[in-house]
Amino acid sequence: MSKKIIATTSLAGCFGCHMSILDIDERILDLIELVEFNKSPIDDIKKFTKQVDIGIIEGGCCNSENVEVLKYFRENCNILVSLGECAIMGGLPALRNGIPIEECIHEAYIDGPTVKLNEEKILPNDVELPMLLDNVYPCHDIVKIDYFLPGCPPRADLIWNALVALITGNEMDLPYELIKFD
Amino acid sequence: MKEKIKTILQKYNNDRGRLMDILIDLMENSGYIDDFSVSVLAEDLKISAAQVRETISFYHFFSEKPKAKFNIYLNNSITSCLRGFSSIKSTFEAESGIKFGEISSDGLIGLFETSCVGMNDQGPAAIINDKIFTNLTPYRARKLIESIKDGKTLDGLVYENYGDGNNSHPLMNSMVYNNIRKKSILLDENYERFDVIKNIIKNSSSEEVIQIIEDSNLRGRGGAGFPTGLKWKFGSRMPGEHKVIICNADEGEPGTFKDRVMLTQYNDLVFEGMVLSAFATKADMGVLYLRYEYKYMLKYLNSILDEMRENNLLGSNISGIEGFNFDIRIQLGAGAYVCGEESALIESMEGKRGEPRDKPPFPVEKGYLDLPTIVNNVETLASAVKIVKNGAKWYSSFGTKDSLGTKLLSVSGDCRFPGIYEVEWGTSIREVLEMAGADNVQAVQVGGPSGTLINVKDIDHLSKTELMKWYKPSGMMAAQKSFDRKLSYSDLPTGGSIIIFNKERDILSDVVMNFMDFFIEESCGSCSTCRNLPRIMKEKLQKIINGHGVRDDIDDLLNWGKIIKVSRCGLGQTAANPVLSSILNFRHLYEEHVMAMTDYDNQFDLGKSVSAANSFVGRKLIHKHS
Ligand SMILES: Cc1cc2nc3c(=O)[nH]c(=O)nc-3n(C[C@H](O)[C@H](O)[C@H](O)COP(=O)(O)O)c2cc1C
Ligand code: SF4
Ligand code: SF4
Repeated sequence: MSKKIIATTSLAGCFGCHMSILDIDERILDLIELVEFNKSPIDDIKKFTKQVDIGIIEGGCCNSENVEVLKYFRENCNILVSLGECAIMGGLPALRNGIPIEECIHEAYIDGPTVKLNEEKILPNDVELPMLLDNVYPCHDIVKIDYFLPGCPPRADLIWNALVALITGNEMDLPYELIKFD
Repeated sequence: MKEKIKTILQKYNNDRGRLMDILIDLMENSGYIDDFSVSVLAEDLKISAAQVRETISFYHFFSEKPKAKFNIYLNNSITSCLRGFSSIKSTFEAESGIKFGEISSDGLIGLFETSCVGMNDQGPAAIINDKIFTNLTPYRARKLIESIKDGKTLDGLVYENYGDGNNSHPLMNSMVYNNIRKKSILLDENYERFDVIKNIIKNSSSEEVIQIIEDSNLRGRGGAGFPTGLKWKFGSRMPGEHKVIICNADEGEPGTFKDRVMLTQYNDLVFEGMVLSAFATKADMGVLYLRYEYKYMLKYLNSILDEMRENNLLGSNISGIEGFNFDIRIQLGAGAYVCGEESALIESMEGKRGEPRDKPPFPVEKGYLDLPTIVNNVETLASAVKIVKNGAKWYSSFGTKDSLGTKLLSVSGDCRFPGIYEVEWGTSIREVLEMAGADNVQAVQVGGPSGTLINVKDIDHLSKTELMKWYKPSGMMAAQKSFDRKLSYSDLPTGGSIIIFNKERDILSDVVMNFMDFFIEESCGSCSTCRNLPRIMKEKLQKIINGHGVRDDIDDLLNWGKIIKVSRCGLGQTAANPVLSSILNFRHLYEEHVMAMTDYDNQFDLGKSVSAANSFVGRKLIHKHS
């Protein structure tokens, strides 16, 4: 069996989900036997170099770059997995949904208690910067997502079991403790 | 101000449990509950300000902001929408110069929307300062605003005679009509007021009464159909000095209004039923929980209770029965559909947010103030009186084998004769439509939004077993010979709401969307499933209606409909039914809308989504994105 190829990315997330991937501990050695990583912060490959089997997305979309990366993943991955609360629901960043984006920007750059050095009241508008979306969107609102792994972050065992299932094509082992949250 | 609050508090003995009544009195007094009142209440009731506020914020008719002199609550239920809601709404807005949700700057007029007010047979209706205004039209809306601006009083706004029967009793002065279209054994004249209390229970034991009710197979008429005899037996066997009988008159299921008519015209029968069940279960405390929308009946109902007290039909040693002490008080709700759920109702009666309790324990074990509590629907209690009077054998000569007796139907929607029909169980939908004069029918909603949407055609998309996998209550079965289906506990159980839709109606955007809005509005918010799923289901449905749906969307809806069943109470458990039931019986409507050749579509538009931020930061160049 040829090795499956995996890619990962963090969009509007906190990298906690990636940390949870690393939490599979020494099983990462088993994983390396089973898969090859392509574009991912784990190996710092920036561009896809080939078609990938499984793309893992952390975080939802809060700006135009997130949208672009997500679409780029969809084009290059056969299976896309939304990993964690932010990817699935928007998560913590989506708390701004419901507050007009103008107010958010104003608070962040002009009015907020931590804004000290912006006397000229500059709002970031360089063309190089990603553009902010009106809301933070879950990934499945932007592209088709095939699987969802809930949790904030999803437990390492959940990630491991899901990857094993996807790689081997077997049914996923989902013991109750893995999906019980309270 | 402080004096006023103190007087109200004294009236209720500074009892924290009577917070609902205290707040209702305060609203009546001051029009709203300000910060100062909250702090006085908190101090004197020995609870935190947050506890006062959490109750205030739960109920539709409480407000922490000043209200207007005339607050117009226009009903947005489905039949109201079918009969011109939107043009009436825009007339109100145009004439008063404000939008719904606002109050005019001079404080004269406030406009608000509200869920079904129990007037589906004479809608669109509005409540203005506790008074009901029925059969609204844009013309009447304009006249109402004109009269208010002319300085008329509330009573001066009444545009017609008062309604029929007790509706025009001086203590009621209401323009509501009973619209009773068909009477049978519950509503007929064969009734001697309070005969059962005066003459029958005197010579029977509590066990005998319960036996008759058990033999009659009477089942709860509030929707769930629990055997009444059994409930009373449990109640009677519970130990304890104090027990409670609650008559559930919250009647919030859109499309039902039979309890309103019972309480208007047959209140003696209902109160007699409460006394009867108190006798059977040895209860000493009785409460009629009356939805706020029916507040116009309060004075009148209290006068009946007074009359009963004077005649020793309430109070101590009732009707000369040694040791039979029982009295009834009326508890007003404050506008929350979920308070019809018995444990939420009890929470509300204790002055708290109307959030359903976890069960068990059931109310009959541990209910109001932790006392054994028997909750019954208005119609159930009234039926019990007729049964005890005439015998179980008599009763079982009506109805079908599994559903004995009769049922009050509240019929509304597209028909010539909306109103109350008392039919025997086993009556078919076709017969009901004939009685009500409904032609050109496309669909019938049986049992309100939480019930079943029946298709006029006999469509059988899913096998029954397939369906049962994701839906439990027997109410929703594959539509076989839909219109010949019979109203009964085994085929089509119902709390009695029947809403008829003709062929002009758009099932998805007129009906299903309206019902989903109802559940979204009325969820108490405790369970994440019930708080969120109806909302995202509605969004998904809108996406399908917009022509952006794909086949997977229909599957998503079905799957989410399964998940929502884990919700705590019946509201959440049935909140997906409008969607599930319409997919089941009108699947072609969904399939017409979804794109057959695409397997994914989002309505996401990057350009649109970044435009607000871009223009705010003054960013000119918008990249062309893929
Ligand atoms: C969301 C919800 C709303 C309800 N509303 C009412 C109501 O308005 N009136 C009513 O009698 N029962 C209502 N019920 C049913 C009550 O919980 C309870 O079963 C009923 O009052 C018991 O009386 P019965 O056995 O005589 O039907 C409701 C239940 C739920 C879940
Ligand atoms: S889901 Fe939790 S851990 Fe993962 S990116 Fe979001 S906040 Fe971080
Ligand atoms: S199901 Fe809905 S209404 Fe019932 S308790 Fe849960 S959130 Fe509240």
